[in-house]
Amino acid sequence: MEENNLLEIKHLCIEGFFEEQWNTIVDDISLNLKRGEVLGLIGESGAGKSTIGLASMGYTRQGCRLASGSINLDGTELMGASDEELRTIRGSKIAYVAQSAAASFNPFHRVIKQYAEAPVQHGLMGYEEAEQDAIKLYDRLFLPNPEEIGFRYPHELSGGQLQRAMVAMAMSCKPDIIVFDEPTTALDVTTQIEVLAAVKEITEKMNKAALYITHDLAVVAQVAHRIMVLKNGKLVEEGETRRLIKHPKEKYTRQLLSVRTLREEKEITDRMDVILSVEDVHAAYVGNEMVLEEIDLTVRKGRTVALVGESGSGKSTLARVITGLLPAKKGSISFLGDNMPLELKHRDKETLRRLQMIYQMPDTALNPKQTVRTVIGRPLNFYFGIKGEEAETRIRELLTKIELDPDKYIDRLTTELSGGEKQRICIARALAAEPDLIICDEVTSALDQLVAEGILSLLQDLQNEMDISYLFITHDLATVKAISDKIVIMLEGRIVEQGEKEEILSPPHHEYTDKLLASVPEMDPNWLDNLLDERASTFL
Amino acid sequence: MLDLLKQSPISARVGMTIVLINVLVAIFAPVLAPYGETSIVGDVWASSSGQFYMGTDHLGRDLFTRLVYGARNTIALAFITTALSFVIGIVLGFIAAVKGGWTDQIFSRIIDIIMAFPTLIFALMILSVLGSSVSVLIFTIATLDSTRVYRLSRAVAMDIEVMEFVEAARLRGEGLWWLMRYEILPNALPPLVAEFGLRFCFVFLFIASLSFLGLGLQPPLADWGGMVRENAGAITFGIYTPLVPAAAIAFLTVGVNLIVDWALHLSSGLHE
Repeated sequence: MEENNLLEIKHLCIEGFFEEQWNTIVDDISLNLKRGEVLGLIGESGAGKSTIGLASMGYTRQGCRLASGSINLDGTELMGASDEELRTIRGSKIAYVAQSAAASFNPFHRVIKQYAEAPVQHGLMGYEEAEQDAIKLYDRLFLPNPEEIGFRYPHELSGGQLQRAMVAMAMSCKPDIIVFDEPTTALDVTTQIEVLAAVKEITEKMNKAALYITHDLAVVAQVAHRIMVLKNGKLVEEGETRRLIKHPKEKYTRQLLSVRTLREEKEITDRMDVILSVEDVHAAYVGNEMVLEEIDLTVRKGRTVALVGESGSGKSTLARVITGLLPAKKGSISFLGDNMPLELKHRDKETLRRLQMIYQMPDTALNPKQTVRTVIGRPLNFYFGIKGEEAETRIRELLTKIELDPDKYIDRLTTELSGGEKQRICIARALAAEPDLIICDEVTSALDQLVAEGILSLLQDLQNEMDISYLFITHDLATVKAISDKIVIMLEGRIVEQGEKEEILSPPHHEYTDKLLASVPEMDPNWLDNLLDERASTFL
Repeated sequence: MLDLLKQSPISARVGMTIVLINVLVAIFAPVLAPYGETSIVGDVWASSSGQFYMGTDHLGRDLFTRLVYGARNTIALAFITTALSFVIGIVLGFIAAVKGGWTDQIFSRIIDIIMAFPTLIFALMILSVLGSSVSVLIFTIATLDSTRVYRLSRAVAMDIEVMEFVEAARLRGEGLWWLMRYEILPNALPPLVAEFGLRFCFVFLFIASLSFLGLGLQPPLADWGGMVRENAGAITFGIYTPLVPAAAIAFLTVGVNLIVDWALHLSSGLHE
């Protein structure tokens, strides 16, 4: 083992058991990690980055095995180590921070109790001492009220706070290495900053080594010294962060880096037909506590309106109000020039047909027991009474339109498709109804970057071809920049600013818009530092 | 489906064999039975011999013949009853889950009231008032049992009902039937199938206990629970006759349960 190297992985191969045989999922990966260094692992899902992260702790998921190679952690070989040996190393030498903190905490115990579990278990300190330690760490990780916050239950913390509490928990036994597995993926841009700052604090000021796993190059650029780009379990490219971002060698890396601009500029004029107009809408889930207030917006024919805001801002609720699932308490919604009943059950079939919806999670938006043929065929039959031969032709046409090969896909169950393919089928299902307006609720946020881009450009092509309007709900400003004509920004159930894209994206901004725009990570590795400095100086 | 059978564990195969034997016996009862179902052919409680494979019962009827016909009556009755209880339970449970609100409240409260009575006492009461003809027996047990099915299918359907594909179907304007039949039922099937096996056993035992109490199938029709009761007196003389139908009940119950265990295992996704 070379000097200074905390972790040394050599020629690691990992196999997974599926389709009745062992298949290689990580192929000949070697990496080194020095004290105080952060190595970013980046790639799409299925690239094997999480598998490598777990393997560095000597762990594999069920159905996988470490096939060959060596994993040397500070002088200890983990390959073939006994469970007992691994147990002493995990937590105390190397720790893991998972993607979804909300799912990783036990909801029945206070946060600080879960923090204390590992050090007490490993016999490093008593419970009281661990609590004191936790409070100190909470303070360092910028959690509000560090003295008190640990004594809350997990559901009493926000997503970003929970993620930071989880980072603190990983630190509890003072490990040398921390594996961060997509710690900010489930968060929105403004909370992502807090977690990134915490990660930076640990790696730089506390001099720990870290593996940082993500699919977002802009995020990893902020924290990592070196980056490894992975694809299908193989190394594509490795290099020092600045070098890799400025001069990528491989085509795949360039693709990941490419800035998304899909949209040709189009003008919106007042003369264009208004498809949807929402006026002074108020809505509440229970009682009179309004979750949406004074919502006014219009969508014009063949245009895309992006509805932006962080989670909890009410943007998905607005979609439910427009579709009638949650009838508005007050206000009116007119669709294609007519006032639309506020309740779903009072709307006629024709109205339902012309307003379609595409969901965030294609996994749950498709019935797992139906074939592609049924999924797309049903709206054809339901709205137009198309059956048999004619339906078959139409389904095939639609599949061709969404760029899937009809012969290959028409008989598949929806569970036999990848995430991107599922989302395409959802689009086809909406298209089958020949709608005038499609509400897209975070349609790309569950997908990998390149797959998401494919979906966005498909939606774009369909709009150009068929003049469909979109109401595009998203928290991702890069998506907004790529596809929208008009932007509506929401905060706490109200619209804070709306207007043409150019108008919104160029200063002067509304205060909140400003914060939102500034929070989107840029490829520049200095971006986070600059932003944090800037914010710190404004507080002083 | 065939693949699934090939992968089935040994316990499930044993269970399937047991059930298959019982079903075959029930179907071919007239061929297999050496004597008529109700004909008296020998002495009371004769021991087994070449003439009477398992001896005779308290009236001198051939026990083997009674057992074979008993399989037919008991299994068919239990099957029809369970099927009926599932139809009632699933339909009401799904309607409650899809409609929600008042419909759900009304259905659930009525079911709660029925469930508040101990099943056996409730059944005894109805059967003694209406008489224990086969159809009354079926309807009574099916109704009482459907309350349990209702609870399960409502719970399962509620989990599915919040999924986005159901919401998508609602937004499309689909009616109640489509939602229940095509969106919810296929996804609710695994736990319901497992429950069917379990319920079948309960119903089967329930009929046996009703027969034992004299309110099940009426003599001279043969059924296993009734046979245990009729011959119960023999135990005091050290004669094993009542143990034979009791063993048959135990045998089939164990067989069905072995299959159910496997089905539950599959539906819980533990096989992965």
